[in-house]
Amino acid sequence: MIELEGLTKRYGDKVAVDNLTFSVGPGLVTGFLGPNGAGKSTTMRMILGLDHPTAGDVRIDGRHYDRLKDPLTCIGALLDAKGVHGGRSAYNHLLCLAQSNGIPRSRVAQVLETVGLTAVARKKAKGFSLGMGQRLGIAGALLGDPRILMFDEPVNGLDPEGIHWIRTLMKSLAAQGRTVFVSSHLMSEMALTADHLVVIGQGRLLADTSMADFIQANSRSYVRIRCPQRERLLDVLHQAGITVVEAGGEALEVAGGKAEQIGELAARYGLVLHELSPRQASLEEAFMQLTAEAVEYHAQPGPGPGPQDWGAGWKGA
Amino acid sequence: MSTHQPPMPQAPAAAPHWQAAPGGPYPGYTSPIPIVRTHLGHALASEWTKIKSVRSTMWTLGVFTVLVVGIGLMAGALVESHSDSESLSGENPLSFGFFGLLLGSICIITLGVLTTASEYGTGMIRTTMTACPSRARVLAAKSIVFFTVAFVVTLLTSGFVAMVQVSMLENTGARTPSGSDWFKATVGISLYIALLGLLSLLIGSVIRHSAGAITIMIGVLLAPLVLALFMATESLSNVRDWLFEYSIPNQLSVFYANSLSESGPSGWDPLWIILGLTAAVYAGAYALLHSRDV
Ligand SMILES: Nc1ncnc2c1ncn2[C@@H]1O[C@H](COP(=O)(O)OP(=O)(O)O)[C@@H](O)[C@H]1O
Ligand SMILES: [Mg+2]
Repeated sequence: MIELEGLTKRYGDKVAVDNLTFSVGPGLVTGFLGPNGAGKSTTMRMILGLDHPTAGDVRIDGRHYDRLKDPLTCIGALLDAKGVHGGRSAYNHLLCLAQSNGIPRSRVAQVLETVGLTAVARKKAKGFSLGMGQRLGIAGALLGDPRILMFDEPVNGLDPEGIHWIRTLMKSLAAQGRTVFVSSHLMSEMALTADHLVVIGQGRLLADTSMADFIQANSRSYVRIRCPQRERLLDVLHQAGITVVEAGGEALEVAGGKAEQIGELAARYGLVLHELSPRQASLEEAFMQLTAEAVEYHAQPGPGPGPQDWGAGWKGA
Repeated sequence: MSTHQPPMPQAPAAAPHWQAAPGGPYPGYTSPIPIVRTHLGHALASEWTKIKSVRSTMWTLGVFTVLVVGIGLMAGALVESHSDSESLSGENPLSFGFFGLLLGSICIITLGVLTTASEYGTGMIRTTMTACPSRARVLAAKSIVFFTVAFVVTLLTSGFVAMVQVSMLENTGARTPSGSDWFKATVGISLYIALLGLLSLLIGSVIRHSAGAITIMIGVLLAPLVLALFMATESLSNVRDWLFEYSIPNQLSVFYANSLSESGPSGWDPLWIILGLTAAVYAGAYALLHSRDV
């Protein structure tokens, strides 16, 4: 269990993390989503006690990170920057980590096997590809067989096979009852792995919701229409009480799954349709819209919904 | 109003409960790996593996040994071949180890700086601090391991050179070194050089940049002497003398009781000076390490 309360980090004038309150529970993969620069890595560094919060508090199973007596068996983390001395072999890198926490030496070989680096265990880490470096970082996170795992953008630099592997790994770790907290700037990635979603933008909490609810709230369906007799079609739809939105180009959009009704109306009035396609707004679009609103709110301070309310909108929907 | 409620998936979780109920408040996975309360011993083992497993350690200590032994033996041979039975009358034969150790100290400085600063360059420091959240313990473990390695290596090489030189210079009229001469020229100077290395390690931790910290430390090593050489005017003579007497090379030479100057530090003074300086810098480096972000 990771619990954040009013967590805030300022670098000079720049507010990197702004009053974050949420918790990450066991047995689930919790996705931590936000565009680049949203403050995900900074939040994770504060969870690990590497950066000092400007305000607020964060606890691991009820304790501050620096009060943990067995940090690596409690929480394992993969950070965004490579935390490896390139001159050291993969084996020795993991060995010095294991020794620092009194973890049996046999675990080193086990985790190297798990991440598929056994063959290059004695090779220097600086010769590793991005993906191999990522696997070494994951091996370090798994070393203590911890009950909490935290991964900062783990799929970066991995090939498709590696991406599939890490998704499966995260799900199986959560299925064993562990807390899994993983960050990404890609909604599509989160949609595939996460059970729960925490979205931040500009350091502020935008949503804290289950993945199922997020999908339900955001999988907006609509019908896209193109018609050479555009004005007449607009009249017809208006009379039928159907609201039309002008999309880019000459296309029109109608919310909901009304394709049949529109097709029948067009036939009745003898209108030619060049396109009549039912569509689903992607979660990526929903995510972009959510974070874009945060940017707008940031740019024009004044009366209006606060960041918590944005979150509430998604929660309640 | 029916019992139907709108879905509020995360609402209960929004208010964390710091004071959890007793008896497994944080459910979840339990590892078969035994939980160990970590202590300084674990950090020492880890740092020992680290220092052993990078090539820069082998390089710096290898070059150090070559310099100390090579220059020491060359100096001994050169002096011996140009002397008759009276030329070194009454002098301390151990003092010819000075030149090798002066140059060799640059290697120890480099290794000291790399022990801390290279972790910042590579990002390893974040892994280190995650594995051991006590920053005091990390700094202590690094310091103890490095100091021990530097001391033992300097003691072995300087001791070897001293023994060879004394036997080489037996027939040049040099006096037989006393036990105290031996002790200062081996244990004393090794403590001094290991502390100089430790000072470098601390500067590396403060500066967090290898090249920058090495440059600063070589400046500390050589600049006072070089500055003193250029202070020709009489009005600056006090400053010049002070710089000269307290320069690290002159302090090193005090361990052979042949200080380059008459006044200034003598006896064991240099050791107390560097001990005090290192302790003060240690306190500062720890305070900074504690307060800064990693
Ligand atoms: N050490 C630092 N000094 C100054 N600004 C920083 C520092 N670390 C992060 N930032 C700033 O804080 C913001 C959040 O960064 P980060 O946490 O890395 O975002 P993310 O991981 O979501 O991409 C960015 O605008 C970044 O420039
Ligand atoms: Mg990041």
